[in-house]
Amino acid sequence: MSGFLAVIARDVRLAFRAGGGALQAAAFFALTIVLFALAVGPDLTLMSEIAAPVLWTAALLATLISLEQIYRPDREDGSLDVLAETNGLLALTALAKAIAHWISTGLLLTAATPVLALLLNIEGDALWPLLLSLLIGAPGLSLIGSFAAALTAALPRAGLLIAIIVSPLYAPILIFGAGAASAGAAGDPQYSANLALLGASSLFAAIFSPLASAAALRFNLD
Amino acid sequence: MATTTLYEFANPVRFERIAARVFPVALAAAGLLGAVGLYFALFNSPADYQQGDTVRIMYVHVPAAWMAMFCYSAMAVSSTAGFIWKHPLADVAAKETAPIGAAFTFLALFTGSLWGKPMWGAWWAWDARLTSVLILFFLYLGYMALWRAVPDKTRAAKLAAILAIVGFVNIPIIKFSVDWWNSLHQPASVLRAGGPSIHPDMLTPLFLMIGAYVFAYVALLLASMRNELTARRLARMENAGVHAPASVVER
Amino acid sequence: MPDAARYNVTLSARDLAVARGGRVIVDGVNLSVGPGEAVIFRGPNGAGKTTLLRALAGLLKPVAGEVTVSDEDQTVFCGVLNGGKPTLTVNENLRFWAALYSARVGEARAAFGLEPVERRPMRELSTGYQRRLGLARLVLSGRAIWIVDEPTAGLDTASTTAFERLLAEHRARGGAAILATHEPLEAPNARTLELRP
Repeated sequence: MSGFLAVIARDVRLAFRAGGGALQAAAFFALTIVLFALAVGPDLTLMSEIAAPVLWTAALLATLISLEQIYRPDREDGSLDVLAETNGLLALTALAKAIAHWISTGLLLTAATPVLALLLNIEGDALWPLLLSLLIGAPGLSLIGSFAAALTAALPRAGLLIAIIVSPLYAPILIFGAGAASAGAAGDPQYSANLALLGASSLFAAIFSPLASAAALRFNLD
Repeated sequence: MATTTLYEFANPVRFERIAARVFPVALAAAGLLGAVGLYFALFNSPADYQQGDTVRIMYVHVPAAWMAMFCYSAMAVSSTAGFIWKHPLADVAAKETAPIGAAFTFLALFTGSLWGKPMWGAWWAWDARLTSVLILFFLYLGYMALWRAVPDKTRAAKLAAILAIVGFVNIPIIKFSVDWWNSLHQPASVLRAGGPSIHPDMLTPLFLMIGAYVFAYVALLLASMRNELTARRLARMENAGVHAPASVVER
Repeated sequence: MPDAARYNVTLSARDLAVARGGRVIVDGVNLSVGPGEAVIFRGPNGAGKTTLLRALAGLLKPVAGEVTVSDEDQTVFCGVLNGGKPTLTVNENLRFWAALYSARVGEARAAFGLEPVERRPMRELSTGYQRRLGLARLVLSGRAIWIVDEPTAGLDTASTTAFERLLAEHRARGGAAILATHEPLEAPNARTLELRP
């Protein structure tokens, strides 16, 4: 257990060190939203209508660009070997790494959302469904994404490949997440159903993604 | 000392013999069924009471959409076989199924778009079925991209197998989520397999076309598997002697 | 004199064959390394020493044969890469490893004279110091069987001597070692095995 927590603590610490990428992902998240706004034009009504999908897409993209950092550096400096020969089950280590990725990106993005939501004219009652959906859905993004990162751990420039592999797998989370945020803002009764499905998707990823990641890592150790 | 490679544990000789025999038969069957199927589809089946002759696109489109799913399933099954029993032919079958499956998927999307134009007045509508097929197409792309990106082919086979299985497990979830998304945002779709009322006479060309596609798949798969195996054999011959395995000697 | 034998672990390999890039590069390896023993693999570049070591360490699945260790979690592998994080300090790396191996940093830091650089990030260290940090993990792990690829590459004479001394102490305590190297290494009564294509 102490090894499990140590992996989380180390990865979070590394993510916030210079070159770790956590702050870049957050900055990228903010920039994507600004670019969307620039593309749409300064129409506040239109903006508040598309705000939830835009924020969700931006969160997904920001997660996507940071996935490469989960396993490739560990493989390049030999620490993946150390993780593989310690800590019991490799799947648990994979779970720890996905949790660390969520803390250093997903949770950070969720925390930044209230401020960025103001830019898109979301406030008050519309904000809570958005935050809740991100809180439930972002762990799923990290979990599924870490699987793609494990698959490509041995490839030097895998960023684009990860995006191609993971995007179709992200579809359910995006649909339920953005759906929940939009439905919640509109007072639609589908809100809770969306949230439940989003939770189920994240839970499913929490169970199967570490197993699949561990299987992939085994073949990326040589 | 003999050059040993992992691929010699399989029996490519027997495969070669069977493939050489089955390939022409499958090709002929595909051509024959396709010709008869198209004849029925174009000249010997009723037009739809709503869609008119446009419905005839269905005979190309629906079997292609089924093949898209069939090929992905075949890929997942042979990936599992390759993963568990380490049979290299299974890995090769999975690898070579992907581009064929992707081609069927593309055909389904293309004909779906053609079919959609008169129905919706647009080349693309975010119909639940078409959207699922589009996502399936991206799943194929990811799988093929992974095969291409990993230089060591034994490792690529393992990793791609894991991806195929994960993708396969996710397909029902993706399908459900897209149906859900579609029902929230749009009224029920017009474009369903067979349409709201399917005339029994429509079934004949439909099944003939499915048969043609399946045989075409078998023929294409065998041809590309033979190519791949030949390429691997060539690479092995080039390396022969240069890379004999080392053994340990006490000094 | 070092304290009495602490370890009693044996690693054996039977008819081992390992592959790289889909090609079997070493086969027919039979080996047993028990308390106090050391094996040194030698052989030309590309002969498969690294791949063989990884298979013995359990990091790589052999294509044939098997590796058995008489006790669980008793091997520690140190490859050419040192397995530390460049942006973490020496102390942070050591503490992280200690948590992973359920061990204590203890004498591992002093064993390779890492105190002067303990607060510096690993990436600022010289190659020699980085290697010393990597090797310190062997001592830290408290595991019986050291499996090390090119232990002394990049080390100066004094550090090489330090490694030789630590290796002797480890063996005196009943530990074992499997090494691969091109460099001369002082290891009394070690078996030298040559990888010959």
